[in-house]
Amino acid sequence: MNMHEDLMLDVQDLKIHFDVSSPLVTRTLKGLPKSVLKAVDGLTFSIVKGQTFSLVGESGCGKSTVARSVAGLYAPTSGEVLVNGDVKNKGVKSRGRKKGSRAVQMIFQDPYASLDPRWRVHNIIAEPIRAFGLAKDKKAEKFQVDTLLEQVGLSSDDGLKYPHEFSGGQRQRISIARALSSKPDFLICDEPTSALDVSVQAQILNLMTELQDRLGLTYLFISHDLAVIDHISDHIGVMYLGRLCEITPKSELFKNPLHPYTKLLLETIPDLKGKKSRAPLEGEVPNPINPPTGCTFHPRCPSATRRCIVEQPILRPIGKSQVACHAVEEGR
Amino acid sequence: MAVLEVKNLKVEFPTRRGVLTAVDGISLSIEAGEILGIVGESGAGKSLTGAAVVGLLEPPGEVAGGEIILHGRDITHLSDKEMRKVRGAQIGVIFQDPLTSLNPLYTIGRQLTETILTHVRLSPAQAKDKAISLLHEVGIPAPEMRLNAYPHEFSGGMRQRVVIALALCCDPSVIIADEPTTALDVSVQAQIIALLKRLAKEKGVATMLVTHDMGVIAEAADRVAVMYSGRLAEIGAVRKVIDEPKHPYTVGLMGSIPQIGQNLKKLPNIPGAMPRLNTRPIGCAFSPRCTKSQDICKIKIPDLSPIPKENRHAACWLYQEENEYA
Amino acid sequence: MILSNLESKWAGFLDHDVTYSFLHSPTAIIAAIITVSFFILSFGAPFITSYTPFDPGSLDLMDGFIPPAWTSDGVAEHLLGTDGQGRDILAAIFYGTQVSLTVGLLSVVLSISIGIPLGIIAGYFGGITDTAIMRVADVQLTIPPILIALMIDGVARTVFTHSLHEVVAIPVLIVSIGIASWPQYARISRSGAMVERKKDYIAAAQLIQTPTYLILIRHIVPNVFGPTLIVATIGVAVAIIIEATLSFLGVGVPPTAPSLGTLIRIGNDFVFSGEWWITFFPAFTLVLLVLSVNLIGDWLRDTFNPKLR
Repeated sequence: MNMHEDLMLDVQDLKIHFDVSSPLVTRTLKGLPKSVLKAVDGLTFSIVKGQTFSLVGESGCGKSTVARSVAGLYAPTSGEVLVNGDVKNKGVKSRGRKKGSRAVQMIFQDPYASLDPRWRVHNIIAEPIRAFGLAKDKKAEKFQVDTLLEQVGLSSDDGLKYPHEFSGGQRQRISIARALSSKPDFLICDEPTSALDVSVQAQILNLMTELQDRLGLTYLFISHDLAVIDHISDHIGVMYLGRLCEITPKSELFKNPLHPYTKLLLETIPDLKGKKSRAPLEGEVPNPINPPTGCTFHPRCPSATRRCIVEQPILRPIGKSQVACHAVEEGR
Repeated sequence: MAVLEVKNLKVEFPTRRGVLTAVDGISLSIEAGEILGIVGESGAGKSLTGAAVVGLLEPPGEVAGGEIILHGRDITHLSDKEMRKVRGAQIGVIFQDPLTSLNPLYTIGRQLTETILTHVRLSPAQAKDKAISLLHEVGIPAPEMRLNAYPHEFSGGMRQRVVIALALCCDPSVIIADEPTTALDVSVQAQIIALLKRLAKEKGVATMLVTHDMGVIAEAADRVAVMYSGRLAEIGAVRKVIDEPKHPYTVGLMGSIPQIGQNLKKLPNIPGAMPRLNTRPIGCAFSPRCTKSQDICKIKIPDLSPIPKENRHAACWLYQEENEYA
Repeated sequence: MILSNLESKWAGFLDHDVTYSFLHSPTAIIAAIITVSFFILSFGAPFITSYTPFDPGSLDLMDGFIPPAWTSDGVAEHLLGTDGQGRDILAAIFYGTQVSLTVGLLSVVLSISIGIPLGIIAGYFGGITDTAIMRVADVQLTIPPILIALMIDGVARTVFTHSLHEVVAIPVLIVSIGIASWPQYARISRSGAMVERKKDYIAAAQLIQTPTYLILIRHIVPNVFGPTLIVATIGVAVAIIIEATLSFLGVGVPPTAPSLGTLIRIGNDFVFSGEWWITFFPAFTLVLLVLSVNLIGDWLRDTFNPKLR
């Protein structure tokens, strides 16, 4: 069987650069150069149908940009995004290109900004049904919306209310119902639980796994919380400054982390058991507009050598994982 | 002796639909050098407790009852002006977003020296020296060079360090930190927690650490108070509360936190949500969600009472009965 | 059934936070009563007073310069006295307020209908579109609205003949004041649109391929319109003042259909000869009207958007 038929998402050398220069006049007067933010700089990964792939990293590593680009909200500077074998988002910026599609939908982080405060919940969930003409009349539409509301643990009466009448967790359920209303195969979840309390987070995560089993959904999951990632994912990609350091099956990441940055992340998460005291590592994520040379992690890396300062490592398969690190490759 | 004692604190919001009691009779104390974590979900009243202690409740919120005692002195009913003095000299305050605590228009050196000069009698030169030593203490490299920098020139983690330095200006004996690490990345979070711990141990600062993050509590706190719907559910040594929670809410809360390597298909969770302030049930506020709820739970609110042979307290009828028969 | 439904709606209205805030703000209540009275008295003037101050035929010069009723020379028929042409001041104020309110309201409607769409387009699309629209607005903001209105009025005067001018005077005023004050509404709705377009519900709408014009109409406009409208209330007061100023300067509405500003100007000539009432009462009315509209605007702003305070 052809490998590609199994893939829901195939991302090839995705680059998304933003022009963050000062306005032309200021730039000319002050003699400043053009500055480019390489939010995503050469990403290659794929997701098998029905699985969950997670991107993890600290703020500013570009994980949300990847999510939005895969959804179709940002045009890539170069590279390819193939959803279900279709070239969805190529490295061409065309003005008239339609964003998004019925089969790919998204769940957002902030439950307060992702629902239009002036719309009733019924209309919010029905918007995609109307946009793609999925219901033949009002009655069918109401039936579909009510089914969706029940599916996410709300009642059909809730459709008459406005978003402000719901708590954060309930809003996130509404957001999920809206994303499911166009009957997508692929959901992009951009930190869907990080604005929620832990007990509500558990409810939403359970709902998401339940829906995945029932509807055969594929997830691209974005989070900064390694414990959440560990719970929900099949495969994990660790990002640092717009690049992937390591792609690995979930079992390997926590048992056998390879990249020094992955190890750092694992060490720094607070441990509920309190058995170890984490050694705080000095330094912070550098400014992505002016990233370090070579391997961008080298200034914070305990095993950096001269090669790391000069040469950018690429992802190489090592065991079940793919790692971009000279030290790992050299067996140091 | 406890540096800070809170007795039966009540915070109320008078609204036209009646008075909402956001904090309903909280009692706790913090010793010198101790970090007391206050944990709870949004709306539990943890931040309001912190704000009430330092007299920074946003109106119409008000302290409606109870006592706040700092070094044996009742500071509950001080005027704004007196309270400001107390905040400057004895209590340091750290908030979630470092940007709101810093004035973007002044250099951090100016902000530090001005704060020092308003509260301590020092010459400007001495104040500057003190500012440098404070920045050094909170781990800002080359502090002499950074005095003339503006807040925006610092990274998030460094800014939070500056805020901590500001809170330390007058050698406070108490620090109230409200979600000090929430806006920061995990690796930076670890650095700030280490700093808070060091201050408590080395300078004997009594710290109240308000957060929603159990991981931060597990790592930083000596004791933890778990809040639910304006009341304390459980309070005790951090390891005891985390490893063997007694109150059913704490049990549920602990279970719902995903942990690495757990490999659960489904996360245990507490069904439902915390009641809103105006729809609180008559008895124990947790009883509608509680799997161990009995008849009495729906009628009467349980008191926070000691658990025999363990140095901790829980507010649950399960343990009150044990008391009676013990 | 219908009755109980209405009753519950009424109860809901009474219980609403806005109603509550209104009923607990004496300033807002007084300001609202005054404003509503102005509306009733001015637009209902034909039913309230038998005088027709705008009809030259009904005036008698012999009735001129009668002081207010409570002074020794006053007569009961003319409560606030008459002006030099025998016009009843009270009736003139009623009709004048009608002109002032009409010009004030319609010019704000015009400003909003120019300002909100341009502001939303600038804010939503950003880039060159934004720069182009907002630079024009900035340039216009550097010129006082009075000057712009004067300029448009001047052009209109040369275009229309004198006889036609009397007919078009009020529309010209509305257009000049309307065009003069669109930039502030463009600014407010632009910043509103910039905030809204970054919110994820817009991204969600884009993901289902909603055409941009529908996103603007369905999502951005409803969310930006409210706050802008609240500012527009204060804009009505400003427009009334501009109208009064223009009329006072003699370039606004013609003396045959005097607005408050015109009345003040007419009366101004007699202040030093002792006939103070001709100018005092219209001026007092103008102050009261502008003040109460302003107070309502302030209350609306504080109630709906406390952060702007």
